[in-house]
Amino acid sequence: MAKSLYEKVWDAHAVRQLPNGATQLLIGTHLIHEVTSPQAFGMLRDRGLTVKYPQRTFATVDHIVPTDEAQEPYSDPLADAMIKALRQNCKDFGVTFFDTDTGKQGVVHIVGPEQGITQPGMTIACGDSHTSTHGAFGAIAFGIGTSQVRDVLATQTMAMSKLKVRRINVDGALRKGVRAKDVILHIIMKLGVNGGTGYAYEYAGSVFDAMTMEERMTVCNMSIEGGARCGYVNPDETTFNYLKGRPYCPKGAAWDEAVEKWRGYASDPDCQYDDVVNINAADIEPTVTWGVTPGQAIPISANIPMIADLPEDQKGTAVEALEYMQFNEGESMKGKKIDVVFVGSCTNGRFSDLEEAAGYLKGRKVANGVKAICVPGSQVVSMIAEQKGLHKIFMEAGFEWRGAGCSMCLAMNPDKLVGDQLCASTSNRNFKGRQGSITGRTVLMSPLMAVAAAVTGEISDAREVFGL
Amino acid sequence: MSLPAIKQVTGKGVYIPGDDIDTDRIIPARFMKCVTFDGLGEFMFYDVRHDPQGNKRKHNLNDPRFAEASIIISGNNFGCGSSREHAPQAIAKAGFKAVIAEGYAEIFFGNSTQLGIPCVAVSAADRAKLAAAVEADPSVEITVDVDKLEVRFGGQSVPCTMREANRDALLSGRWDPISDLIAGAEEVAAVAAKLTYMQ
Repeated sequence: MAKSLYEKVWDAHAVRQLPNGATQLLIGTHLIHEVTSPQAFGMLRDRGLTVKYPQRTFATVDHIVPTDEAQEPYSDPLADAMIKALRQNCKDFGVTFFDTDTGKQGVVHIVGPEQGITQPGMTIACGDSHTSTHGAFGAIAFGIGTSQVRDVLATQTMAMSKLKVRRINVDGALRKGVRAKDVILHIIMKLGVNGGTGYAYEYAGSVFDAMTMEERMTVCNMSIEGGARCGYVNPDETTFNYLKGRPYCPKGAAWDEAVEKWRGYASDPDCQYDDVVNINAADIEPTVTWGVTPGQAIPISANIPMIADLPEDQKGTAVEALEYMQFNEGESMKGKKIDVVFVGSCTNGRFSDLEEAAGYLKGRKVANGVKAICVPGSQVVSMIAEQKGLHKIFMEAGFEWRGAGCSMCLAMNPDKLVGDQLCASTSNRNFKGRQGSITGRTVLMSPLMAVAAAVTGEISDAREVFGL
Repeated sequence: MSLPAIKQVTGKGVYIPGDDIDTDRIIPARFMKCVTFDGLGEFMFYDVRHDPQGNKRKHNLNDPRFAEASIIISGNNFGCGSSREHAPQAIAKAGFKAVIAEGYAEIFFGNSTQLGIPCVAVSAADRAKLAAAVEADPSVEITVDVDKLEVRFGGQSVPCTMREANRDALLSGRWDPISDLIAGAEEVAAVAAKLTYMQ
């Protein structure tokens, strides 16, 4: 019978049905970080359990890492305690730790792919909702809670109910200035922030076929913002070319065998989906959020919706969002003065994101009064960017060039908005208070759009700013 | 380890209005700089309950009339966003034993089940009825009946839903699956042996 990638990977990893009706699912690759793992290690110690497959668990530190302070102890004693706890846990339980002195540390969802740990056909879990990122490789990858981190550490499995699969076809050619970030913001805008609840999203169509791996990661990363616990793209030559030669990938004859196996995981052409959504690529514009959920978004040429025009069930949150954002219904997002620009995060902190941003920044300056920071997603990204001189372009334009980490995406570190600052951000969440100030305001957008905002000092249409 | 079956939860309710209440709102990230879950209860919905100066805002969670509440009533897509288990941990540590909402984000729902917190879904109309009932009389007793899939309050009864596997887990006292997962070790090894990347 024809199967989707989701079903094939599920079947290859399903161990048995548990007495409670859920499936015991083998998690082939487990990624951990400092925020959601210490309690899980504590639970192991309490129960006298060990890490069952330590060679399949990989750790790094990202959320709490200060991006402007390399030396320990960190000024924040709580952050310092967290990195030390992770280091000790990895040592005690035999887990590989991409520590800050390895040159490989970074945001966990950037480290996994760049080390070649993330591969097609895997099940991947991590105590972090943006684990959906790894689906870009044709893996089934999803975020889990800390008790499940404990389960995976102790047994390499967890209890899981099978999801339905929705195929999202985006066909046609993207218009000028439209990036992967716009594609996923558009999808969430159309299907809603809970439209994907109960589903895995399979992204397909000519737009995804043409995307680079880094672009696919940007899209899969935000699947969870659409309510889908995981999202994936079927593996193809683009996937294999990206992975070839990476440290944790098979070599030689084993590589050829792996590629054959990976190819076989792709959804069969005639498989059945629980739902199919078709989107015309030409309908997608550079997209920005105006509210406090990633679904409260508009094409940059449109105006913030009138409350009366919204479906009944969206009116309440829209009114609440506009009050928080200090915006009015019916107005344009263009021209809104910004205070901060953040380029980085597991959504848009990879080399290609920085390269594009630098390309448009070259010879330009950040507008007066705007604080702009660029935070490479990993030490590897940082190293490559510096080899190519991108850091100089950022700094000459007036950006701060930082060390690798989650930074201002969630502000569990010193990078935070202050007061009700408005931030043009390449991250993934515009929730109230998300960027570290309880009145701080976030507008999500692509790196291209963020750079346009940086140089004009206001939310802008990058196509107009850069003559695209 | 044997766990109690959770067939129903009875208590007073508090209404937390709004849809898409994300886990950053339930427990802001700055309170997650910790290596245990201890003490998270006091920070539950901290920024919803306090203004930037730390003064208490006017909110049901600050209203003494709802001080005894142990059941949260809220809107759609409750618990969206981050996978942080700190959110249901904070809810549990603040003394809440069940959630009634129009719908839940996937990860929050699963995390809550695993902590033994039933999260049942009701229609928007029934959520409104419940909210009105507790607003009118905060002492009204609410029963979340996981077994019969209904919510009873003040002489009324409304239907609720819950994903079957999670419901079974609560009813059978298997909501924390660790013992069952450990028991499957041999079968796990057999499945792992068939996967090249696990070798």
